[in-house]
Amino acid sequence: MSGARSRETTEPAWVRRLLIGGALAYLALFLFVPIGAVFAEALKKGIPAYLAAFRDPYTLKAFLLTILVTVLAVPLNVLFGIAAAWAITKFRFRGKNLLITLIDLPFSVSPVISGLIFVLLFGNQGLLGPWLQEREIRIIFALPGIVLATIFVTFPFVARELIALMQTQGSEEEEAALSLGANGWQTFWRVTLPNIRWGLLYGAILATSRAIGEFGAVSVVSGHIRGKTNTVPLHIEILYNEYNFVGAFAIASLLVLTALLTLGVKTVVQRRARAEQDRLGSAAPEQTP
Amino acid sequence: MSIEVRNLKKRFGDYVALGDVNLRVETGELVALLGPSGAGKTTLLRVIGGLDHADSGEVFFHGQETTDRALREREVGFVFQHYALFRHMTVFENVAFGLRVRPKTTRPTEASIKDRVMRLLDLVHLGGLSTRFPSQLSGGQRQRVALARALAVEPKVLLLDEPFGSLDAKVRQELRRWLRRLHDELHTTSVFVTHDQEEAMEVADRVVIMNKGEIEQIGTPEEVYFGPKSAFVYNFLGNVNLFQGRVEGGRAYLGSVSLPLPDASPAKGDSATIYVRPHLLDLADQPNGLDHFRAKVEHIHPTGSTVKVELTAEWGEPFQVEISHERYRALALRRGMETFVTLRNESLFVETTPGDGMMFGEGI
Repeated sequence: MSGARSRETTEPAWVRRLLIGGALAYLALFLFVPIGAVFAEALKKGIPAYLAAFRDPYTLKAFLLTILVTVLAVPLNVLFGIAAAWAITKFRFRGKNLLITLIDLPFSVSPVISGLIFVLLFGNQGLLGPWLQEREIRIIFALPGIVLATIFVTFPFVARELIALMQTQGSEEEEAALSLGANGWQTFWRVTLPNIRWGLLYGAILATSRAIGEFGAVSVVSGHIRGKTNTVPLHIEILYNEYNFVGAFAIASLLVLTALLTLGVKTVVQRRARAEQDRLGSAAPEQTP
Repeated sequence: MSIEVRNLKKRFGDYVALGDVNLRVETGELVALLGPSGAGKTTLLRVIGGLDHADSGEVFFHGQETTDRALREREVGFVFQHYALFRHMTVFENVAFGLRVRPKTTRPTEASIKDRVMRLLDLVHLGGLSTRFPSQLSGGQRQRVALARALAVEPKVLLLDEPFGSLDAKVRQELRRWLRRLHDELHTTSVFVTHDQEEAMEVADRVVIMNKGEIEQIGTPEEVYFGPKSAFVYNFLGNVNLFQGRVEGGRAYLGSVSLPLPDASPAKGDSATIYVRPHLLDLADQPNGLDHFRAKVEHIHPTGSTVKVELTAEWGEPFQVEISHERYRALALRRGMETFVTLRNESLFVETTPGDGMMFGEGI
């Protein structure tokens, strides 16, 4: 942590410059230039044209849909993440490792495949298709399908964050709470939740940003019905394909801003989490025997 | 409240944590579960406390079966090795926790909670630290908070899992004396786990010595120290020398030294392992009429309350002797010197191994 480093462990100046320069050039090429291009394209025809893009009623509906999907998917995944992490870290059971692997599945499967799974399951030709059709329940090309696909691609975020955290914390504090007469609910609210709140928030932020930006899985199940099943990323694609570049990039610029905002919040959360860890530390002994 | 466990068995896969354990702890007793790591003592404690379940067997509190009663209904105070303090709560809130989570009907008022917590904190000498967080305390202070927290709910039974295991030696000694005094004041039936024989001997009314999931011996510290029932117990309760000898006609032979066998020792068997504590051996610079064998001085460690001398017996076995500083000076011991070793026959332990001595190899 100290700023002073001995000469022996420091690389020569030219190596440092090369490494830092290389990293910056890489970032510029693949991050700053594209982000700059988004704003440049969006503002090409001036600010009035930029603002006009947001007044389009379909754009407005796309935003509302994305917000609705996020508001549904993230809390559900927070609940699932807590439940899964609790089960994995506090109990011994068969198939635990399988469960841990399965939780990571959405990260390793292409989003398009994730979407396709739901089409194969709930689509008209799908496994449950006829049954759903009889009862006139629409999942694919409707809101439920979009929510399902979003939940699927975002569910590892909270669960993974919490599993790692709760594994290092162990379950002694919970055992202590139970032995002091607390019931399961009190133990969760008073002991477990305060210990995991920053990890939980961090996972929820990551899940939120992914839920807002998800394209592939949602694209497969949505059906791209303008004003009905178009989320923001899908709407951008449609506008772009219609050569409405200003509209497409204007909306894209808003997504970029959302992403930057998320990044900012994430950094703050991380910093506060670390500060609290330094302050409270672990209640365990300084040196483990 | 008395505790009784009957026929407790527990396995983790192939590993036997509890073989078939029976134990009775009387009301108001302070009992130590002593054994090397992996002996099953923590498992036994956790089963008594309801943190773990045995595969079979029963647990009784005051004659009532509690085997299936939930942890929170057992009225057990548990103190964990790593304290398990609630890290986001102050010392005060940690101790108050057990009172605050009670159902409304039995929950004390805020004023009486405050009163009781402060009284407990005074009891553990932490009255001034109630607003600190656990991370701002030393290990010994944390463990005392953990104890106060467990006592706050007025448990019928106090269970302590290696309570001083992660503290440094000095704090450890202080705390265990303090725990003994506290127990003499409160008389809560208590069971604590330790792998430190000195700690068990100093603190407990009775000691339960465990090995490989079985209880080897139960007794007061004097009983187990002076009347060990197995080689394991003798070996575990202090420094010990192992000699390969013979048993014949009620006497044990160690080189040219013969000793009458202690009552409990087996009478017959060709070869035997003789266990002798280092302070029960004496050294002389010339034969003095007593049975003796010869040995050569290899090392001398003169620091400490006694002088520890490492020697090699005339037949090649290395061993250790503890003598007083006066004796050490009188003998003028030095490295390489030839000495004569005599044996006091009190409290030695002989284990016979019929035939060729299957249990202990020649090399020991």
